Amino acid sequence: MSDLRYEAPATLAAAVKLLAGSRGFARAMAGGTDLIVQMETDLIEPELLVDLKKIAALRTIKADKSGFRIGAAVSGMEMVEHKALCKAWPGVIDGVKLIGSIQVKGRATVAGNLCNASPGADSVPPMVTAGAIARVVGPRGTRKVPVEKIPVGPGKTSLKKGEIIESFILPARAKRSGDAYMRFTPRTEMDIAVVGIAVNLTLDAKGVCTAARVALGAVAPTVLLVDACAKALIGTKVDEAALDKMAGAAAAACRPIDDKRGTKEFRIKTTRVLAKRVALKALERARNG
Amino acid sequence: MSKKYQVTTTVNGDEYDFLCEPQQTLLDVLRDELTLTGTKEGCATGDCGACSVMVDGGLTCACLVLAVEAEGKKIDTIEGMADGDELHPLQRKFLELNGLQCGICTPGILVAARALLERNPDPTETEVRYWLAGNLCRCTGYDKVIRSVLAAAKEMRGA
Repeated sequence: MSDLRYEAPATLAAAVKLLAGSRGFARAMAGGTDLIVQMETDLIEPELLVDLKKIAALRTIKADKSGFRIGAAVSGMEMVEHKALCKAWPGVIDGVKLIGSIQVKGRATVAGNLCNASPGADSVPPMVTAGAIARVVGPRGTRKVPVEKIPVGPGKTSLKKGEIIESFILPARAKRSGDAYMRFTPRTEMDIAVVGIAVNLTLDAKGVCTAARVALGAVAPTVLLVDACAKALIGTKVDEAALDKMAGAAAAACRPIDDKRGTKEFRIKTTRVLAKRVALKALERARNG
Repeated sequence: MSKKYQVTTTVNGDEYDFLCEPQQTLLDVLRDELTLTGTKEGCATGDCGACSVMVDGGLTCACLVLAVEAEGKKIDTIEGMADGDELHPLQRKFLELNGLQCGICTPGILVAARALLERNPDPTETEVRYWLAGNLCRCTGYDKVIRSVLAAAKEMRGA
């Protein structure tokens, strides 16, 4: 075991400075539910851990007319217990609720779920369909990055040395719109997605879909935001024909692997079935919203 | 050897000081330094819930918390659950209704169940089952566990 240094700075600037100035392998830590296990099982041996939880601005959810700002160190349970967030973005909360147990959600964060860059991360597809923007702070300033641009492959992100996700910006909920996330797993709890799908859609006064975003998880090295799925829904009343077309586009976009959780073929078939179910749930929420 | 960190924390209302290395988990320190061995190690990867504790009022796995993070925190473990000789209603119901077999998962289940009843004094069976999904029992004793929690909840409501 090499030397490990733990720092818990009180400001974001200090955290960025520590990470940017590190000589060896350094990691930012939010909830730590992936990081601590990776250290415990000797998958990684960092020389510096920068705990972000002492930075006050990263610990809060702010809600106003323009939407929500969710600090990167806010735990899953804090999101699940935030009534306004649950009402506005139930699909995001569907995803967060599926991350591990109550115990794990007490620590785990959406920022960590995203930066761990597992293709099957449950909170990522609904954050993508919500149009969430990550505010990334680093040694060269701040940039705003759409959530889907953060993971670039299993375990790999587009963040540069010293960069930290400070918060996520979620827009306000548009009228007559709704989102949903579902996954397929052999067990209902404490499992990892074989396929995970999020849909966010908006209807006009006549019930015609005017905007849609569909994202697929666990069927490619990174989350997929599928334009062809959105196009299949926009301009329709989200009827059976539109749903079939959307599900076909989702299945066509899959680039899955065979693994112990499911074969390539099974994942593609499941995507077709699940995509419709999720869209119907989002539609129901949009009609009631 | 990594640098040692001095940590002051409150466990079950008592203040403790300890030295730890940064990679040590709260679970390691509770068991090995503070000899509070009621908190069990099952998987040490956050999957089994045997090490469930409360940190500043939030339910979590002690294996997923670094000991250095405990600085200034309020930790509650199974050792603080009974009031002297008087068992908590959950502990009593688990004994009365045989809500355990080998007992390794029991401290974690009790801590998790108390956290549930504090926020929801009248949970449905389904709510109890989902809340305790992160507490694994390999003796397959779930049914009696759930019945014990529901019975304790009923008694605590005075119903």
